[in-house]
Amino acid sequence: MPADQIPNTAETLLDVQDLCVSFRSERGIIRILENVSFTVRAREILSIVGESGSGKSMTSLAVMRLITDPNAIITGSITYKGRDLLKLSPREMRDLRGREIAMIFQDPMTAMTPVYTIGWQIEEQLRAHQDLSRHAARARAVELLGEMGVPAPAKAATRYPHQLSGGLRQRAMIAMALSCNPSLLIADEPTTALDVTVQAQILELLQRLRTDFGSSVMLITHDMGVVATVSDRVMVMYSGIIAERGPKPDVLGQPTHPYTLGLLHSIPPMHGEKPHRLPSIPGSPPSPMGRPPGCPFQPRCEFRMDACATRPPLFRNGMQEASCWLADKGLPDWAHERAIRTTGEAA
Amino acid sequence: MSTAKPMLKADSVSKTFKVGSRFRAGGIQHLHALQDVSIEVYPGEIVGLVGESGCGKSTLGRCLLRLYDVNDGRITFKDRDITGLSQRELRPLRADMQMVFQDPYSSLNPRRRVGDLIAEPLRVHGKYSAGDIQTRLRELMDLVNLSPDFLTRFPHEFSGGQRQRIGIARAIALSPSLIVADEPVSALDVSVQAQIVNLFMDLQEKLGLTYVFIAHDLSVVRQIATRTAVMYLGGIVELGETDRVLHRPAHPYTAALISAVPEPDPHGNIKARTILRGEPPSPTNPPSGCRFHTRCPVAQDRCSAEIPRLRSLGDNRSVACHFPLDGSVAAHA
Repeated sequence: MPADQIPNTAETLLDVQDLCVSFRSERGIIRILENVSFTVRAREILSIVGESGSGKSMTSLAVMRLITDPNAIITGSITYKGRDLLKLSPREMRDLRGREIAMIFQDPMTAMTPVYTIGWQIEEQLRAHQDLSRHAARARAVELLGEMGVPAPAKAATRYPHQLSGGLRQRAMIAMALSCNPSLLIADEPTTALDVTVQAQILELLQRLRTDFGSSVMLITHDMGVVATVSDRVMVMYSGIIAERGPKPDVLGQPTHPYTLGLLHSIPPMHGEKPHRLPSIPGSPPSPMGRPPGCPFQPRCEFRMDACATRPPLFRNGMQEASCWLADKGLPDWAHERAIRTTGEAA
Repeated sequence: MSTAKPMLKADSVSKTFKVGSRFRAGGIQHLHALQDVSIEVYPGEIVGLVGESGCGKSTLGRCLLRLYDVNDGRITFKDRDITGLSQRELRPLRADMQMVFQDPYSSLNPRRRVGDLIAEPLRVHGKYSAGDIQTRLRELMDLVNLSPDFLTRFPHEFSGGQRQRIGIARAIALSPSLIVADEPVSALDVSVQAQIVNLFMDLQEKLGLTYVFIAHDLSVVRQIATRTAVMYLGGIVELGETDRVLHRPAHPYTAALISAVPEPDPHGNIKARTILRGEPPSPTNPPSGCRFHTRCPVAQDRCSAEIPRLRSLGDNRSVACHFPLDGSVAAHA
């Protein structure tokens, strides 16, 4: 089903409000995430995209309550099906993880234990959350591997992680994550370690999840191409804040934040005219300690103005929101003329 | 281009690695990283090498610079056969052929200052006096758009993009004519990646360099390379002008690879893609005949029996396929 036809009124599964994550350190408090708010609706794929240090992975770890550092300060609320995850006891949270919210990681090799077989690891999760006999759990594990497109699933279940290829390991990890039918799957850079042809297979699988399993996916990625391929909505993060968010066609087609614009531009096009030089964003993303006051993107921004010294709120433009003073009125026309990429039609 | 003499030539190069151990199950196996690879690099051009992991693109890059010894075949650099040269004999040539590595974090010694790192090749080759080295360092920093103040700092003080600039400055220090860049932008963020791609193009124009540019990202190769070689499982499957190879691919693998690249198209949809099934087979036990036939959507009986040779299609492009995709080209040459 094309993304556009999914009704926007679908129930909200996850509602994150004003999430802030900071760490106490010798040099004072380091603010990693600042007032991040977003929702994930039922059966939708929300992509969180950003460069290294943008806070996208920290957001997913916070939702999973996996930030265990005693120096971490987490404020705000993370409401999942009406319960605030930040207020749950560790025991209640453990019950929820895997059963309701599952997560897959970039590197399936380090996310699985090397000393047990794939089948054993999937069984363990099933038996931890459901009352199943060992035999029934194995049968379900094999069935899941088959559904994930693993060839000869019964044999694959007897294999150790190092005996499988990267693509099969990632499928096995997705099988494990989906074993208890979670309503929300958090995928943190699930295809970054894979080759493009295998990446395409995994993306197809992720997209199938919502029809076959009714799951929502929160996809963390740095790759705008991946975002364009599978997501319904996009949230662009920069240096711990939300730069822009909205439905995928709007954000990628008519970006209203200069960072989104610059990011889309700096990807070399696969079709159409080759630019003599790639438009690039000068400098590099700031570290959380060196985050400039006001708009964090302002030192690299070509549209910088006096107003940027104060942090802009999220301005709404139709379905799209951007934290940029320019987004209040929309980017100037000349910016858009350069912005609109003509990908696709030359294919 | 074809009238000029190639600067670098690989002729039927093969490279095999031994993997495993005779004390372990399976024993010693031979990994065929490169099999019968031939490629020519002409002065002033940028040759892109693309393919998925394990296709042999990095091995080929290293063999071209004789960082690896080849098992078979011949490598010629500026009309000189360098296949059998010893490391000592190669040393004077090293000034003329340099490498830029993927990971700007592990390719710079963390305990040495940037100035020392860049000056090392200048000192080793003894072409510069102490005073000249200082001038040259400033010149180099200027070429890669870094402030000369950075020369006294340590690598950890720099971002990934800046470190890659340092790696590039070091590679061009002795004014080489050939640079092999092995995935030089893969470890960088997109916004920084564009800066480094531009830098490579600027330097090529200013200094008349020749590059072998290894990448897995087709869009980067499309931007920078004049010619592109697509590799699969240790062999070149298609080679030709970049635009031709990427816009009218003749090899089914090239076509599948292009189709798999996710593009930032606002109306992107995975259903419009041809998705290749399975994964590349192991190079320790490559399939018979055409190495791609196990995943090829148009494979026929002949493909598993007979190895297709890289042959010209007449449009400045060669392909190693019995049944190339382009209908206008005769299938049997």
